[in-house]
Amino acid sequence: MKKANQVIITDRKMWKDYVLLSLKSPQIASKALPGQFIMIRITPHSYPLLRRPFSIHAVEGESIAIFFQKSGIGTNILGLRKIGEMLDILGPLGNGFGLKGDFSHKKTVLIGGGRGIAPLFFLANSLADRKAEIRTFYGGKTSYDLPLKENFEANGLKVFCSTEDGSLGYKGLITDYFNLEMRQFRPDRIFACGPDAMLKTIADIAAIENIPAELSLESIMGCGIGACWGCVKRLKKDGVTGWFRICQEGPVIPADQIIWAEKDK
Amino acid sequence: MTDLSIDLGFMKLKNPVIAASGTFGYGIEFAPFIDLNHLGGFIVKGLYYSSREGNPPPRLVETSSGLINAIGLQGIGVKRFSEEILPCLIDYDTSIIINVCGEHEDEYAAVVDLLNHQPGISAYELNISCPNVKKDGKCPALDPETTYSVVKLVKKSSTRPIITKLSPNVTDITEIAFSAQEAGSDAVSLVNTFLAMAIDPNTRKPKLANILGGLSGPAIKPIALRMVYQAAGRLKIPVIGMGGICTGGDALEFLIAGARAVEIGTANFIDPEATVKIIDELDNFCRERKIGKLETIIGTMK
Repeated sequence: MKKANQVIITDRKMWKDYVLLSLKSPQIASKALPGQFIMIRITPHSYPLLRRPFSIHAVEGESIAIFFQKSGIGTNILGLRKIGEMLDILGPLGNGFGLKGDFSHKKTVLIGGGRGIAPLFFLANSLADRKAEIRTFYGGKTSYDLPLKENFEANGLKVFCSTEDGSLGYKGLITDYFNLEMRQFRPDRIFACGPDAMLKTIADIAAIENIPAELSLESIMGCGIGACWGCVKRLKKDGVTGWFRICQEGPVIPADQIIWAEKDK
Repeated sequence: MTDLSIDLGFMKLKNPVIAASGTFGYGIEFAPFIDLNHLGGFIVKGLYYSSREGNPPPRLVETSSGLINAIGLQGIGVKRFSEEILPCLIDYDTSIIINVCGEHEDEYAAVVDLLNHQPGISAYELNISCPNVKKDGKCPALDPETTYSVVKLVKKSSTRPIITKLSPNVTDITEIAFSAQEAGSDAVSLVNTFLAMAIDPNTRKPKLANILGGLSGPAIKPIALRMVYQAAGRLKIPVIGMGGICTGGDALEFLIAGARAVEIGTANFIDPEATVKIIDELDNFCRERKIGKLETIIGTMK
C-alpha cells in the first residue's frame, strides 16, 4: 500500500522569497522520476486544510529536495519549518518527463520561469547522466528570482538567464531569449515549467519549429491522487477533448495536447 | 473485539464509516492506499445518464478550514461506469452505493433503470443537492415538494434502497427530510455542501470560475451536526451524517447526535487513509470504554 510518510527536514536554504528544503525519504528517493511531485501536509491541523503539491527538485542518495516560492499561506508556513522538524508527505505522484529513448548528444533545452525551475534541476541532472547536450534557460522578474543559477552551474550545467528588469542576463522575457538563441542551437527536445503564458509561447514556438516539447503544468490541486477532479486543464488526448486531471495525466503534458485558455493567448 | 456493525434496517454495514460521493472517485482510485474491504461502504462519484464535462477551472478554492468546490459533476456517465468500473468493484466485501444524478426527474429514473440490472450494488444515494451544477446553486433538495416528487419517482423505478442526500441550504432541514421520508426514501444523508464563494480582492474576481461553489471540510462541521441532530429527532428512517468529519471523535459526535452512519468527505483529500484511521479510532474508543457494540451509542446525547 502507498502511504503518507513522516520525513525529517535535513537542510534548508532561504532566499528573499524562495526556499529549498531537503527531506530524508529513501522510499521516495529510490522511486522518483524527474517531473513527478509530492503532496505535503502543511500542518497536522485544519488550517491550511489541504496538502500542497511540489515538484521533486532533486534526488541525492536517500534525500529529495523541493524548491518553492513563498506566495500564499501554505508556502509561507512551510517556509518557517526548520531543520530537524518532521513533514507529512505523500508521493511520488503523477507522470514525469518522457525520458525514453536515446538522449546521447541530443540537443535539449530546459526552460524554467521563476519557481517553475523547480523540476528542471532533477531533470537536467538525469539528462546529463544520459549524455544529452543541455542548455537551461532560467527567467524571472529580477535577479532575486533566479536563486538557483549557481546550483545549476555547480553541477556543470550551462544556464542562460533573463530578467524583466535587466538586473541579470538578457533583459526581457525568457521566451524571447530562447527564441533568439535558437538560431544557433536548435533543440531536438524542449522541456519547460513556468507560468501558463510562458508555456503557451513555448508551445507555439515548438509547434512552428516542429520540435517535441513537454510542459509541466501548475494547477490548484485538492488531493493529488485523482479523487477530487479539481486540478483539470483542457487537453486533446487520443481524439478526446475535455477537462483532464493534471495529477493523473501530468503534471508533464506534451505541448501539442494542451488547449490553452483565452487568457493565455 | 468491538462490534462496529450497524443495521440500517434495509442494509447492514460492517461499520458506520462510508466514503462520501465526490471525494472518493469511483473507489478504485483509493485501492493503492487502503484496503477497501475495511470500509463500511463507499459511494462513487455522482453519475448522470450521459457523460458530463464539468465546470471550467479554477474549480477549487481553500478557505479557513474549508474547501469550496465547483467541479460540476464531471463524469463518465452510468453506461461506461457499468461496463468499465463496476466490474472492478463488485468483488470488494463492502457496501457499494451509487450516487445518482439527473438534470430532470426522468434522468434519475433512467440511471436507476440501467443500474437495476447490474450486480454488486447495495443502494442508491439520490443526489438532489449538488449546489454547483446550476449557475444559481438551485437543486431539487431546496424545496419539499420537488424533493417529494423526485424521491417518489425514483423509488418507483428502483429495485434497491434509496438514500436521499439533502442540501443544508434550506431554512428548515427537517421539513425537506420529512418530505423524503414521506416519499418512501429508505434513509437520508446530510449534509451536502453549503453554497459559498470567495473573491480575490486584488483582482476583484471570484476565485471560482463558476463564481458559486459548495463549502465542505471542518469549517461546516458544527452546522452539519446541528442539522443531523434536528433531522434525526424528527425522522423514523435512518439519518447518515456528514460534514467535516476528520477524526473518530468527529464521527462519534454525529453518532451521538443520532446519525446511524457517517460519511467521510473532504478528509479523503488530505489523507487517503482517513476512513480506515477513523474506523480504528472508533474501535479504540469503544475498547477503552468497554463498549461492546458501537451501535448502542447512537442517539445517546445526555
